[in-house]
Amino acid sequence: MQLTEKQQAVLNGEQGETLARVMKTIVMYGEIFGADKLVPVTHAEGHLVTSFGIALMKPLFSTMDELIKADIHTKGKFTVDPRPLDYENVKCNPLEKLVFHIMYKKQAEYEEQLKKVGLKDEDAFTCASYLPEVGNVPKKGDVLSWAESSAVVYANSVLGARCNRNSGMIDLFGSIVGYVPYFGLLTDEGRKATWKVYVKTSKIPEAQILGSAIGMKVMEDVPYVYGLDKFLGDSLTDEVTAYLKDFGAATASNGAVGLYHIDNLTPEAKEQGESLIKEGAKEYIIDDAELERVYKSYPLMWKNKNAAPGLCFIGCPHLTYGQLIKWTEDLEGALKASGRKKVKVRTVMTTPPAVKRKFMATPYYYKLTGMGVKVSSICPLMYTNNPMTKGRAIITNSNKLRTYSVARYYKDAEILNIISGKEGC
Amino acid sequence: MKEFKGRVLAGGTFKGEAVVSHGGVNTLATFQKSALKNAKRVIVSDQNNKDIYGLDITGKALCLPITIGSTTGGLVIQTVCAMKINPACFLFSEHIDSLAASGIVLARIWENSNVIAIDMLGEEFLETVKTGDIIEVKEDGTVIVP
Repeated sequence: MQLTEKQQAVLNGEQGETLARVMKTIVMYGEIFGADKLVPVTHAEGHLVTSFGIALMKPLFSTMDELIKADIHTKGKFTVDPRPLDYENVKCNPLEKLVFHIMYKKQAEYEEQLKKVGLKDEDAFTCASYLPEVGNVPKKGDVLSWAESSAVVYANSVLGARCNRNSGMIDLFGSIVGYVPYFGLLTDEGRKATWKVYVKTSKIPEAQILGSAIGMKVMEDVPYVYGLDKFLGDSLTDEVTAYLKDFGAATASNGAVGLYHIDNLTPEAKEQGESLIKEGAKEYIIDDAELERVYKSYPLMWKNKNAAPGLCFIGCPHLTYGQLIKWTEDLEGALKASGRKKVKVRTVMTTPPAVKRKFMATPYYYKLTGMGVKVSSICPLMYTNNPMTKGRAIITNSNKLRTYSVARYYKDAEILNIISGKEGC
Repeated sequence: MKEFKGRVLAGGTFKGEAVVSHGGVNTLATFQKSALKNAKRVIVSDQNNKDIYGLDITGKALCLPITIGSTTGGLVIQTVCAMKINPACFLFSEHIDSLAASGIVLARIWENSNVIAIDMLGEEFLETVKTGDIIEVKEDGTVIVP
């Protein structure tokens, strides 16, 4: 890799041993992918995937200590994934609380470390940092040093920014040195599709199942998706971007997709069309039967497979403002139809702190909480890491949460029926 | 006996048992249960990976196409290497993915781990090697499968 004089000086330790190791990590990481240079991070605001102070993540805490000791900060401020705990809105029994306390005993200490290195503010904890209310919104063409998989795939695909699927720590290191290696999704060639996916369903596909199907098929490749514009239109409205947020998160967690193009909709597909597709691209056709096959393939991991649902999480990734409004309206209608005033299953909807604040200023918040729903900014995935929660028969509409926990996945309409207590559910 | 030659990312020698995943290995889902329990060995907890679910992979050669899933992946690899419960080798049939690469680099630079990583061993490698095979890994990236 050809480094500039300035970069080489950092690597040589002229600004200290710790910064040299940070730079060495970035350089070695890039060399594995044949990167011939480092390029500047043009969207200085970072986003870190590691928000949780799990005690055993010792390498994370010791590295942070080293950075702080060397007085090293990120170039810009950063947002970070959601907090793992919210005792006020996601109640726990004493045993669960005890285990949470042990698991996340480093949380407060870790948040102090984050502040010292460059955390934006107290509200910076969300996986959906790119939402306008949160304000960490890159422009088209911006180079990022982010990691959170659902945020990376959104930034690349919907915003047209450029970011590789970096890992935790690499996101931080890139934000510190202000450079990332030039390879993969940063390059024009790396953004070309090697899969043509044809959506031929009879109605708009469930975003989370469509994403799951594509992720499992294409793994880390770039898919170019035809046929979705028929349902979503050709404009990136709030509703459409919310759909793409959930779709992308499923492609990234059920596979390893970092970028997708939607024909006639996402920025690069609109500009460059089929010239984004590489010669010899493989094909995948998705119809109603294929979606149903994928849905039916999800294993049920509950200990008691016939258990009644005990807790429902909606919002992984965090919900947008528009999604919160829609869930409120839909739930209101569903409860009316089933003759109930409150949800039958304890339900938590998760959203960024800034979106929650905006939502709380509307009557919808009181409607939603009046129906018994809690609104939180917790990370459901971090919550379900607690082994004591495994007996709770958790349900979710998130394919990401399903993948990393024993939560059972249901489609949105099924979730609505279950939590509203519709007869037979 | 068959020999495969890959690209050495983190060199070393190894002789021992192979554990083979034909699909992408979801790093977080694979390691999280054992890591959270502070276990002495990693028993694969990825419910979606039928090839390796429930198998012990500590000190073995994990043979895989790539890793997939959460971008905490690299940090997870670094952590299991720091805990010394990692697979001794990661043997990739394809080009290593960005998360696994991060993990290997972080483990080598920040944990002084001697974890071995070789990639681009080819599709035939994964078709040939079977879980339980005793395989040999050489410093130059040669993998010998019985």
